[in-house]
Amino acid sequence: MKRKLPLIITFCVGIIIIISEFIPHKPFGQISGELEIWFLIISGFAILLGQLSLLKVNFLKIKFKQKNWPFFVVTLVSFAIMVTVGIFWGTESNHGILGNGEGVASLIGSKPFDYLFNNVYQHLSATMFSLLAFFIASAAYRAFIARTVESNLLLIAAVLVMLGNTSLGSFLTGWLPQSLSFLHLPNIAEFIMKYPNTAGQRAIMIGAGLGLIGSSLRIILGIERSYLGGE
Amino acid sequence: MAINKNIDRRWIFLLIFFCVALPLIFIVGLPIETTENARLVHDLVQNTPSGSTVIISFDYDPGSKPELHPMAKAVVKNCFQRDIKIMVTALWPMGVQMAADIFSQLEPEFPDKAYGIDYVNMGYKAGGMVTIQAMGKNFREVFPSDVNGTPIKELPILNGVENYNNISFVCSFSAGDPGIKQWVQIVHDTYGKPVTGGVTGVSAPGILPYVNEQKQLNGLLAGLKGAAEYEFLVKSPGTATAGMDAQSLAHLLIIIFIAIGNINYWRNKKNAANAGGE
Amino acid sequence: MVHFFNILGIWLGALFTFAIFSFLYKDNPFYKIAEQIFVGLSAGYWFVYTIYFILIPNLFTPLTSDFSANWIKLIPAALGVMMLLRLIPSIDWISRFPVALIIGTTSGIYFLRYLKSDVINQLTATMINPFTGGNWVVVIGQLLLVVGTITGVIYFYFSKKHEGAFGVSAKIGIYFLMVSFGAAFGYTAMARISLLIGRLQFLLGDWLGILSP
Repeated sequence: MKRKLPLIITFCVGIIIIISEFIPHKPFGQISGELEIWFLIISGFAILLGQLSLLKVNFLKIKFKQKNWPFFVVTLVSFAIMVTVGIFWGTESNHGILGNGEGVASLIGSKPFDYLFNNVYQHLSATMFSLLAFFIASAAYRAFIARTVESNLLLIAAVLVMLGNTSLGSFLTGWLPQSLSFLHLPNIAEFIMKYPNTAGQRAIMIGAGLGLIGSSLRIILGIERSYLGGE
Repeated sequence: MAINKNIDRRWIFLLIFFCVALPLIFIVGLPIETTENARLVHDLVQNTPSGSTVIISFDYDPGSKPELHPMAKAVVKNCFQRDIKIMVTALWPMGVQMAADIFSQLEPEFPDKAYGIDYVNMGYKAGGMVTIQAMGKNFREVFPSDVNGTPIKELPILNGVENYNNISFVCSFSAGDPGIKQWVQIVHDTYGKPVTGGVTGVSAPGILPYVNEQKQLNGLLAGLKGAAEYEFLVKSPGTATAGMDAQSLAHLLIIIFIAIGNINYWRNKKNAANAGGE
Repeated sequence: MVHFFNILGIWLGALFTFAIFSFLYKDNPFYKIAEQIFVGLSAGYWFVYTIYFILIPNLFTPLTSDFSANWIKLIPAALGVMMLLRLIPSIDWISRFPVALIIGTTSGIYFLRYLKSDVINQLTATMINPFTGGNWVVVIGQLLLVVGTITGVIYFYFSKKHEGAFGVSAKIGIYFLMVSFGAAFGYTAMARISLLIGRLQFLLGDWLGILSP
């Protein structure tokens, strides 16, 4: 029962969804519609599971005093603060269990949950990703070497797209006459994106699409079972 | 010209920092040209009749805000100018706050736009593609209430809106998965409604194959350049336009780094060959 | 008081921005603390939003306001609780049932949507007459599009050895993929620089007030 029943559920659900595409009437259309709503609700619980799992992992690291364990205390404390203020006073649009937080909002300008989001989380998130700007420049210097035909193509496409995608590209070749407009850098970049890039990306898309279709069929038919985990 | 390959990369970091910072302070105002993809997005909004309802989905978080926020603001502003009603959804939880921020920024400019009549924020839903598909069958089952908890039947903007048949187009500002790809797969390819939007520079090359003769995707705003193009089209320069000079200089610096790296490589190779020959 | 908290908010933003940027010099405790705060707040945000935007409107409100019409939602509720049992190792197998439903639904929908959007529609979009379109630039572009897509797909076919005419086609396919990757690098560089621009617009504008609004 522990393994067979889930396989049967997957098979039935997958087949119903596929049949409902071709026979959208009762009962298939109705069942697939209901399954999609269930999916949304179960996804909500899955997200909670993810957060609780994170808490568990961090808690265990602290309990067993693993390397850098004091930093994981910071994770738990910030999680607890965000959840507490969110549940007590709600978010910008939701009431919390202590009401709508007008008192606190009149003091600090917004509800504590939104204050933390706007003034702490937002900046942390944006800065974390902006670090990559520095590393991509460093990588360009160290790794972008024209050794073969392939790497030459890669390099030339990258340089043309980078130049064409800026105002500098427009400025550099803006003087070209209309008859030579195809050599205008923004036009070259647009050409690369529209034709050779689309061709390459489309080949990847078709390949990945076929792979995904195959995987979906293997899962529905019970050939692929790794999602059930070990015994 | 030769620069040691083992140069401390923190010097490179410092150069990048100044190359981005200085043009922000001393703006040159280099020209901005529009691409066909940006014009397609603009045309779709311009050709949508006033009074129509559209879905704008905020599928991003603060990590992609500098790229997607300016384009989202410009498109929302364009919709307001055209009296198009906007229904906001979010496939990413932080998208709800991103949308709220844009509407509060535009409030002084459009004081006559009323919440619940001209626009509504339906909030966040998990489930990605499956949820988008469920919306096509019964919108009200997925979104029984708006972001404030107001039941859908009490929102005038949603009178008669049951599924995608009552929507003119969907516009997604997307930083990844779930996002614009899923909207294309369901809303255009299954329900036949136009889909448009904007993506981060990282995901743009992978999404471009959908902009094809079948119009799976009706134009695409790609990264900060796409945002600046849309700001140019609606004649409303904002943070994207202001950032284009910095973008230009930073790209130039990266190209110079690539050139120096290659010159070093070939010089070293030549030296090694000479040493071998001796 | 509100003004004070507004100013404090901007300073907090700047402080955390520098804490993250300090990693560029070298890894340090300020960066680590900022990183862990980011993880904690992010998890907390998802937790709260999931409750307010999914579980309350789509589950609890329908059940409490009109139980007789919505009793069927008890099934996904039960499955959701079963999902949470994954946290208890001795009975974590119970979570396989909701996982099976999620995987089955996803597989069914992915099978249909990817077949249509990413395979059939992409092939249809490639099957164009490349010699129509007005000027020679478009004709060359469309020829490249058709040849590039077909040879690119040939490259991904690994069941046959890449030799002879097949190998030449696969090699041409690689060239197109390389141009794609180069273009992708160009766009990635643009994206990353944009994020840095956003940060500096905050630091120089909101924090230092150097930039004109």
